[in-house]
Amino acid sequence: MSEIVPPEVRPKPAVPAKPQGSSGGGSTLLGYVGIDTIIEQMRKKTMKTGFDFNVMVVGQSGLGKSTLVNTLFKSQVSRRSSGWSRDEKIPRTVEIKSVSHVIEEGGVKMKLTVIDTPGFGDQINNENCWEPISKYINEQYEKFLKEEVNIARKKRIPDTRVHCCLYFISPTGHSLRQLDIEFMKHLGRAVNIIPVIAKADTLTPEEKTEFKQRVRKELEVCGAEFYPQKEFDEDMEDKSDNDKIRETMPFAVVGSDKEYQVNGKRVLGRKTAWGIVEVENPNHCEFSLLRDFLIRSHLQDLKEVTHNIHYETYRAKRLNDNGGLHPISSSSDTQESNL
Amino acid sequence: MTTAARYKSRVFKSEDSEDKQYVGFATLPNQVHRKSVKKGFDFTLMVAGESGLGKSTLVNSLFLTDLYKDRKLLNAEERINQTVEITKHTVDIEEKGVKLKLTIVDTPGFGDAVNNNECWKPITDYIDQQFEQYFRDESGLNRKNILDNRVHCCLYFIPPFGHGLRPVDVEFMKALHEKVNIIPLVAKADCLTPNEIKKLKDRVRDEIERFGIKVYQFPECDSDEDEEFKQMDKELKECTPFAVIGSNTVVEARGQRVRGRLYPWGIVEVENQSHCDFVKLRNMLIRSHMHDLKDVTCDVHYENYRAHCIQEMTSKLAQDNRIDSPIPILPLPTPDAETERLIKMKDEELKRMQEMLEKMQQQMHEKDTC
Repeated sequence: MSEIVPPEVRPKPAVPAKPQGSSGGGSTLLGYVGIDTIIEQMRKKTMKTGFDFNVMVVGQSGLGKSTLVNTLFKSQVSRRSSGWSRDEKIPRTVEIKSVSHVIEEGGVKMKLTVIDTPGFGDQINNENCWEPISKYINEQYEKFLKEEVNIARKKRIPDTRVHCCLYFISPTGHSLRQLDIEFMKHLGRAVNIIPVIAKADTLTPEEKTEFKQRVRKELEVCGAEFYPQKEFDEDMEDKSDNDKIRETMPFAVVGSDKEYQVNGKRVLGRKTAWGIVEVENPNHCEFSLLRDFLIRSHLQDLKEVTHNIHYETYRAKRLNDNGGLHPISSSSDTQESNL
Repeated sequence: MTTAARYKSRVFKSEDSEDKQYVGFATLPNQVHRKSVKKGFDFTLMVAGESGLGKSTLVNSLFLTDLYKDRKLLNAEERINQTVEITKHTVDIEEKGVKLKLTIVDTPGFGDAVNNNECWKPITDYIDQQFEQYFRDESGLNRKNILDNRVHCCLYFIPPFGHGLRPVDVEFMKALHEKVNIIPLVAKADCLTPNEIKKLKDRVRDEIERFGIKVYQFPECDSDEDEEFKQMDKELKECTPFAVIGSNTVVEARGQRVRGRLYPWGIVEVENQSHCDFVKLRNMLIRSHMHDLKDVTCDVHYENYRAHCIQEMTSKLAQDNRIDSPIPILPLPTPDAETERLIKMKDEELKRMQEMLEKMQQQMHEKDTC
């Protein structure tokens, strides 16, 4: 049978390379050919097909997960807005509940799925409470793998894999909780984890800096990798960009869906007796940094890392475990998969 | 007794006609006051809750001291194998001639592990130990210098991030509500808007009632108190659980230096009543209800413990059938074989000596009658 190929990073899909001046190996063009129009062609295609993005939110109840997701995507996309009542009892085991919405901006359609994990970290005994989450993530990889391995493949495999996991850290001001470290250690290799400090309006600027430093140090010491992972930086430019981001992570965020009048403008914020916390003001919290990072610059990269690295790791493990891959016909749903 | 003479001479140097009119024991409260001031007061306060809820900061703010100067915060790795500890800090404070020996019992490690099953057990054990110690001292021979280490009050910190009480909060309070006065607080209240605070308080109050948790109840004020006092008392009761903020730093606000927290969007003042309930908590805890807390601890919780203890002992004795004495006995631990033998020997010796004494007495009596 075919040899088992060690997991290597598959070459990225044909995205036009960054302009490189005269690198060795390329011949100079004698006129305008029109190769650069490929960008435009890709853009048109993407706009037509739209794309999927799946984000999972994990954290104890009450840390503002639903509010933050709503604020990030400026629409009511969380489970709370889809009819779930806040007074529901805390479930005894961690549940996985996902809600999908199609949002559109500038002609681009995005099918956004928000996966919520109620019950995480809320019980008295939280041992292994990350297992249902790990199971869910692997199930999505499995689904994708099954589709890929089909003889008659669908033109566009529906992608339910978790592209990004926002992990909410409680703003104690001291250090990470043990549960946080356990979660990140167990799941950092399977999914892109972006830690955020929730409800950051409880920390003064000095406390925030100290807390972030301590958190970063603790994560380094225990070997938990968060996105953007150092080992996947491709070139110097990537590395320096990502280094800057890694220095400011985890982002200390505040979410809100209410607007108030500040200095003649309407801003999203939280109003207290001593002032208004403006969500999009970089002096107040790092929400705009998170949004820019997550949506405006690294959205595609998140998907690629999920596909090229995490998924490939899962796939290679599956192949190794079962000693080979047999293509299955499309009627395999009724019989046991022989993967 | 010379009491009558004593107080008369000390207090009433007024005209003799007045002396004839009334006895004068209305001065008793003054005497008690004088004696207590000399003796000084003691108060033991326990703080419980997860790490990072501002317990130490609040204690510092309440008593205007810095009890935790040399505290070293553990990082997450060091805390992996940490179990719940009980630490005590004692400080002597004096104000206007009144001395207070304040003991703060802290519970680091509570609720921090991944598995928090029964994490309140060290705390209940500690409280029971203090009761047991007091019980022994009270039943002992030398009762002059009994140290009262019983916990008079437990401040329980509820995180403001949730939607009400979490399972660990409910279980903790239910394990302790019959052993100590519990005062639940909403910690770090500066991360909530006024609306959110109100919702959270209502929710917590509901859940406390629903789960049957007996938190400390403020005593009803006497019917002869003035209206203002009654109004204040009513407001106090409706405000529970108190939403508090603490601070170790002094900031400049509205031209004054106050304890507070400086944010980019404003300054939170700890002692500003419209910002948080810190002032209400301080007044209640220190200025009006400190003595009541001690009383309830003595009269209710300790008595519960004592009754329970004695009942257990008598039922055990009835089972053992060793000594049939109706008097409640010291809760001594069951002695080992060696001590028992010694006790038996001494008992026999005593009996012999008693018999000898009786004989001698009889002889003397006979001699007399002869």
